[in-house]
Amino acid sequence: MEQLNTDVLIVGAGAAGMYASVSAAKSGAEVILCDKSLISRGGATVMAQMTVAAAIGHQEADHWTHHLYDTIQSGQGLCNEKLSYQLCKNAPDKILEMRAWKTDWANDNTRIRQVLAPGHDVKRCCYVDFLNTGPAVARTLRGEVAKHKNIKRISGITIIDLVVKNARVLGAIGLNTETGDYVSFAAKAVVLAAGGLTQLFARNSASKNMGGDSHALALRAGAKLIDMEFVQFFPIGHLAPRLVGMDPIMWDPFRYKLGGKLLNGEGKQFIENYGGEDGETYKVGRDLASYAILKECEARRGSPNGGAWLSFQHLSKSELENAFGPIIKKLASNDIDLTKQSIEVAPIAHYHMGGIEVDESMETCVKGLFAAGECVGGANGANRLSGNAIPEAFVFGDIAGASAAKAKAGTNTLSDKDSKVALSCAMSSLLGPLSGNDKSQKQTSRHLLHSLQTLMWENVGVLRNTQKLQTALNEIKRFRNDVFPSIRPAHGTAFNTSLMDWLDLRNSLLCAETICLAASERKESRGAHQMEDAPFQSNEFTKNQIISQRDGHLVSSWKAVQKLDFILEAKSLAVI
Amino acid sequence: MNTENQKALTADLDIFRGTDERDKRFDTFKVPFQQGASILDALIWISDNLDETLSFRYSCINANACKECMMLIDGKVEYACLKKLQDTKSKLEPLPNKKLIKDLVTDIVPPKEKYSFE
Repeated sequence: MEQLNTDVLIVGAGAAGMYASVSAAKSGAEVILCDKSLISRGGATVMAQMTVAAAIGHQEADHWTHHLYDTIQSGQGLCNEKLSYQLCKNAPDKILEMRAWKTDWANDNTRIRQVLAPGHDVKRCCYVDFLNTGPAVARTLRGEVAKHKNIKRISGITIIDLVVKNARVLGAIGLNTETGDYVSFAAKAVVLAAGGLTQLFARNSASKNMGGDSHALALRAGAKLIDMEFVQFFPIGHLAPRLVGMDPIMWDPFRYKLGGKLLNGEGKQFIENYGGEDGETYKVGRDLASYAILKECEARRGSPNGGAWLSFQHLSKSELENAFGPIIKKLASNDIDLTKQSIEVAPIAHYHMGGIEVDESMETCVKGLFAAGECVGGANGANRLSGNAIPEAFVFGDIAGASAAKAKAGTNTLSDKDSKVALSCAMSSLLGPLSGNDKSQKQTSRHLLHSLQTLMWENVGVLRNTQKLQTALNEIKRFRNDVFPSIRPAHGTAFNTSLMDWLDLRNSLLCAETICLAASERKESRGAHQMEDAPFQSNEFTKNQIISQRDGHLVSSWKAVQKLDFILEAKSLAVI
Repeated sequence: MNTENQKALTADLDIFRGTDERDKRFDTFKVPFQQGASILDALIWISDNLDETLSFRYSCINANACKECMMLIDGKVEYACLKKLQDTKSKLEPLPNKKLIKDLVTDIVPPKEKYSFE
């Protein structure tokens, strides 16, 4: 097996991975930045159309302590406040650094425009027009990465497993998807930055690559996961008619700005019936809106495809054109005319608050193993404040890269034998004999992934209960133990989609089980975790849940919430 | 339901298969036609239901953000995620000016972002 040697290996080249690579390179490290898709293009960053929260105070007086206060409030008692502190305190510097690197934040000359978003006390959210934040951010960072000679960029590498000895990471083994060859990477430190896992749910806003790779790699390497039960469902994801060329969560800012009306299948407003105040404010929280839409569907008052109607028909053509700008043309190319029709929206899996447990330097309990971006758990507690995902990628990427660059090599380094052992371990289930039953099954990774997505959506989605979670847990165990081993993709060929799907599914099945286990142990409702048979928040569960792997089994345990070591003063702002 | 309508319910895709000149061929797949669906939707449907070994690049699934799904559709360079599925026959081929890897996948990785062993 060919082996590349480096100081820092970064897995995933979205905003977090790219920021980490720049920060590690600036600290003098040799870096390999790899992605299973193309550098800067494959993950969530490039799809993000929305806003970036940072207390730069360009529109109103603001201070990072206010952002921190709002973040902790939104997290409903479960934020790792030290991570939230890092996020909020460092976000302004990162926004300004990105501006210096030529990200074209919407601005009035020197002042960056900032808008109000739900849960924030002031206008705090920066953006790039129109719905172009993610692509602009990805482009900037890609350019910045290219300026550093000590960053080697490699597209088309799927990391299969990390190699760990004596609780210290030595590197990783991977598949070169373009050729079908296996490769290994020896590194003093590894940063996992391969994003979230919302692809596990049938309705999602994810790219194909967000099936929980980072989490599965970390868990198998001996690291711990935290708060896995908290998946954020975005209430008004696009459902119908078919809309291509747009991110499915695109409607939110327009609904907010223009007062788009949310109506049930009978054409009536309904949020008020669930205790929300939709009326003229349109500020109802994400969790309540998701709950209300699905309850209407249960009561057979949903829209035809199982969601709700979103209507902008109270607005004139010119009002719509002004607000939507070039987006109107994109809608027209999909035969959507908002003056004449409503569109259907429904909750979709959008973000995962849980993730890999790290300390303030972004290091896991495995020496030399770091994490950054959405795959980090803790900073957002039980519910993420809107606008916190991109700054989290910047800040945690920056910290992880700098910390990883300082990692000293251990006494062991990766040998060819280590890599071969790791590879044969990972692929062992492909090599064993098929049992009689297996031979008759004609399962593919894609079929099983769809079964998993449907199972997760129906049983571990917005509305959970004890029985549904037990059903899901049993079924996932059956998938993992009985069905998955019967799937046998060929290997050794170029762009082998069957093998790539199989490797993705291996990770997704493991992650799905961690989510189900964590959800069934949290016997209360809090933030994004809503149990119909335990509808209240309970103080005894104001603690974080840790999932780890022992002897091949997943184990749940609890730990006290990490608090700030200073008192967050009551809000007061200086005038700018 | 009359025959006219039934015809409109499927679309035929002629898809280039193979890794080089020697083993190239075209496979024809019948896919259900859905109003508003993209060529990418149809390719994903084929992978899910007919042939999981069909190779094509995509990440973002119809958001036109990753820009990975560029190919030749009826002779024109297009993004499969933006091109609407027609209720007739379409011909899909890999980009002509890039090195072929497999099926609809070509080498679009920028030179400085490629794996190299040194």
